[in-house]
Amino acid sequence: MTRDRGWLGIAAVGVIGLVLSLALTEHYHHRILTLVFLWATMGLAWNIISGYAGQISFGHQAFFGIGAYVTVLLAAKLHLTPWLGMLGGAGIAVLAALLIGTPTFRLAGIYFGLATLAYPLIFRILMDFLGYQEVAIPMVRDHPVRFMQFEEPRTFDLLALALLAATLVLSRLIETSRLGYSLRAIKENEQAAEAMGVDAFRCKMAAYALSAAPAALAGAIYAHAILFVVTPDGVFGVIAIVQTLTVCLVGGVGTLWGPVIGAAIMIPISEILDATAGDRFPGIQGVVYGATLMAIMMWAPEGLFWRLRRRPAGVARTAPAVHSPADPAPLPPVAPGPVVLDVRGISKTFIGLQALADVSFDVREGEVLGIIGPNGAGKTTLFNVLNGFLLPDRGEVRWLDAPLTGRPPHVVCRRGIGRTFQVVRFFPHLTVLENVLVGAFAHGAAPAAAREHARAALARVGLAGQADTLPAGLTTLELRLMELARCLATSPRLVLLDEPLAGLSADGVELMAAMIRRTRAAGVTVVIIEHTIQALVKLADRLVVLDHGRRLAEGAPGEVTRNPAVIEAYLGKRWLARHGPGHAAPLRP
Amino acid sequence: MVASELAQYVVTGLLVGGVYALMSIGLALIFGIMRVVNFAQGDFMMLGMYLTFYYAVALGIHPLLGALLSIPPFFVLGLLVHRAFLVRVTGGGDPNREMDAQLILTLGLSLVITNATTMILSPMPRSINAPYASRAFEVGPLLLNQARSYSFATALLLAAAVYVFLTRTDLGKALRAAADDPEAAGYQGIDVRTMHGVAFGIGVALVAAAGGLLASYHPIEPTVAVNFIVLMFVAVVLGGLGSIPGAFVGGIVIGLVQSLTLLLLPLQLQNVGVFVAFLIVLYVRPQGLFGRRARTV
Repeated sequence: MTRDRGWLGIAAVGVIGLVLSLALTEHYHHRILTLVFLWATMGLAWNIISGYAGQISFGHQAFFGIGAYVTVLLAAKLHLTPWLGMLGGAGIAVLAALLIGTPTFRLAGIYFGLATLAYPLIFRILMDFLGYQEVAIPMVRDHPVRFMQFEEPRTFDLLALALLAATLVLSRLIETSRLGYSLRAIKENEQAAEAMGVDAFRCKMAAYALSAAPAALAGAIYAHAILFVVTPDGVFGVIAIVQTLTVCLVGGVGTLWGPVIGAAIMIPISEILDATAGDRFPGIQGVVYGATLMAIMMWAPEGLFWRLRRRPAGVARTAPAVHSPADPAPLPPVAPGPVVLDVRGISKTFIGLQALADVSFDVREGEVLGIIGPNGAGKTTLFNVLNGFLLPDRGEVRWLDAPLTGRPPHVVCRRGIGRTFQVVRFFPHLTVLENVLVGAFAHGAAPAAAREHARAALARVGLAGQADTLPAGLTTLELRLMELARCLATSPRLVLLDEPLAGLSADGVELMAAMIRRTRAAGVTVVIIEHTIQALVKLADRLVVLDHGRRLAEGAPGEVTRNPAVIEAYLGKRWLARHGPGHAAPLRP
Repeated sequence: MVASELAQYVVTGLLVGGVYALMSIGLALIFGIMRVVNFAQGDFMMLGMYLTFYYAVALGIHPLLGALLSIPPFFVLGLLVHRAFLVRVTGGGDPNREMDAQLILTLGLSLVITNATTMILSPMPRSINAPYASRAFEVGPLLLNQARSYSFATALLLAAAVYVFLTRTDLGKALRAAADDPEAAGYQGIDVRTMHGVAFGIGVALVAAAGGLLASYHPIEPTVAVNFIVLMFVAVVLGGLGSIPGAFVGGIVIGLVQSLTLLLLPLQLQNVGVFVAFLIVLYVRPQGLFGRRARTV
C-alpha cells in the first residue's frame, strides 16, 4: 500500500466516524458507536505488540484497567481532573509495561503469552484486596467538562474517535518506521532479524510500551463513558481481552484496518444481542465471542482484511529473473591484510556432544577463507558462536582487536559481521525489498535512506526486478541472492556465508561464485562454509578443515586437498590405504 | 511458629495439590503429545464437576465413583472436540502460528462452554453436601479433611495409572512416539491424527475426573474454570511445558504454595503467591523445573 493511501484511510475513518456521530440520535446508538471506537483502539493497541511483533499478549487488559483505575482514583481521592488523570494513567501503564516486559520478554512464543495471563489476574486480586472492588466516579455537577461528565452522549463518541484517530496515526508511524520493519522481521524470524542487526528485546519493549498507552487511555474513557463505577472484573476481566482479541482476529492482525473492521462488525452485533436477549440468556455475549473466535480460526484465520485483499497469486514470469552480472576479471592474488577476526580456542559442548573442540584460526582482511568439513563437523556451530547465537564454553573471539565473545547477534552485526544461513531464513510476509530493508536499517533509522540502500543492494545481486514480490515466489538461487543482498545491506566488513552454494544448479553455482568474488572485490572479507571441497577450491584463498569439532588442517587449497588427514576424514582410512596420500584426485576441482 | 502448625499447612497443601496434579497432567498430556495449549481445559473440569454433581444428586452415586465414571463420557467428548474443531487448525503450517491458532480456538471453546453453561444451568453455585466433607482424620496433631484425603488418594491412583499406561502399554508407547517425532511415527504406521485425538480425549477425561474429585469439597459454578485453568497453566509451566512428571510435581507445588502463602498473606492474596512463584520460575528457568532447554539454532 502506498504511503498516501494509508493517511487517506485514516482520514476516511475519521470522517465516517464523525458523520455517524452527527447522524445518530438515539442515546443507545451513541453508546454502541463509542464502544466501537474504544474497542477498535484497544485492538490497535494489542496489534502493536501482538500483530506487528507477533508476541501474543493475553493480558493486555492490564493496561486498560490501569488506565481506568488510576484516572478514577486520582479523581476520587485527589480531586484531579481526568484529563490529566488519564495521562497519569497512561504514564503508569507505560511504566508497568516496562516492568512487566523486562522479565517476560525473556520468554519466547507461547511462554510469553501464558505469562501475560498472570498480570491482570494479579491486578484484579490486588484491587480487591486494597478495597477498590467498586470505585465510583465522583459526581461533580458544577464542573462537568473538567470532570468528563457530559450530558451529551455525542461528546464521548467524539472523544473516543479522537483517541482512535490518534492510535491509527501512531500505528501508521510505527508501520513505516524502522521499528515497524524490525517488529515484523521479529515476528517472521526472530533469529534472522537479530542476525541483521535488530535488537529484538529493545524493539519488543518499545512496542509493548507504545501499546500500553492507548490501552490505558481507552480504559479511562471507557470508565467515564460506559462504566461510571470501576470494578476489577469490569476492566481487568476476561471479557476485556476477549473483545480485544475478537475484534483483531475477525478484522485481521498486523494491519491498521483489521481492528477497525473487526470492531465495526463485532461490537454492534454483541451489543444488540446483549440488549435484546441478554436478560433471558445471561452469557449470550460470551457465547457469541467464543463461537466467533472458533469460526474465524477454522475458516479465515488471517481475518477479513487479508482475506478480502488477497492478491491474485502466481503472476507468471516470462523472462529469466536473474541477470548475471559480468564476472569481474580474476583478481590478483591478494596480499594478506592484517588479521581482522581472531578465533582462539573455541570449545562448545551440547548435551553429550562436543560440537567444537579448541578451534583456532584467524581471518585476514580482504581474503576469502573457506571452512570445510564433513556433515556434523561443527561448521554451523562455529558460525553460531562467531555471530553471537551461541556462547562458547571456552575460548575467545576478537574482532578488530576488541573482544567479541558474548556479544549478542545484533551487536555483532552492527560491528560489521554479516551472515547468511544454511537454509535461507527469509521473512515470508515481507516483500523482497522489505526483507533487504531490515538489513539496511542496521546502520540508520531514516526510512528513505535505508530504502535506497536496500534497492542498491538488490540491484547489485541482480534482483531489482523482484523488489516488490513476496519471497515465496523466488527460486532457491534467488532466495540465496536475496539473503546475500540483505546481508550486504548491513554494510558488513566481513560476511559469514553458510553453504551459499548448496542446492544450486551448475549455473547457479557459477553466478553465486561470481557474486562472492564481487563482494570480495568490493572490499568485504568473506568466510564461507561448505561441505564439498570442489566448490571452494576455486573460490577460497585459504581453507580451514574441521572434523568432529576439531581443526584438522589449514592452508592453501592445494595443500589442504593433499593432506592425508583431510582425505581420511572425507574418504575414510581404506581409501587412503589403497591410494596413498599422493592421490588426492577426488578432492581436486 | 509452632512446627505442627507449619506441618498442618504443608499437609493441607499436599492434599489439594494432589488434585491439582491430576488436572495438570491432563493439560500436560495434551501439550506434550499434540503441542496444543488447551485453554478449554478448565471448562472440561467444570463440566466434570457438574457431571459428578448430577451423578450424586440424580442417581445417588458416590462422588468418588462419580469422578471415575466421568472418564468414559469425557474421553468421547474429547475425541469429538478434536475431530470437529482441532484437526481443522493442525498440520502443514508454521508451528508457531498453528499454536496461536489452536490457543485462540480453545479460548473460544472455553468461552462458549462457560457461557453456555451459565445460560443453561444458571450461574448459581451448587455443592455436593457429602457428609465426610466436614469431617477430618486425626493423625497425631494433624487434621486431614476426609473429602480432600479421599480425593487426594484417588488422584494419585489415577496419575499412577496414566504413568503405567504411557510407559507400559503399546497404545501409550504409540502416543509417545507420535509426540517425539510425528513424521517418523507416521512412517512406522502410527496414525498420528488418531493418536492426537486419543491424547486429547485422555487429557479431557483426566481433568474432568479431577473436577469430580474437587466437587466433593469445592462449590460448583460455571465460572470456576477461569481460576483453575490459570493454576493448571502455572503447574504445567512450572514442571516444564509438556512434561507429565513435571506437571504432577508442578500441581503439588501449586497446592503447597497456595497453602503456605496463607502463612504470610491474607486469604484473598492466596493466588498472588502462586503467580509470583510462577513468574520467578519463568524468569529463572523458562524451561520449567523438568523441561529441557531447547537448542537455540
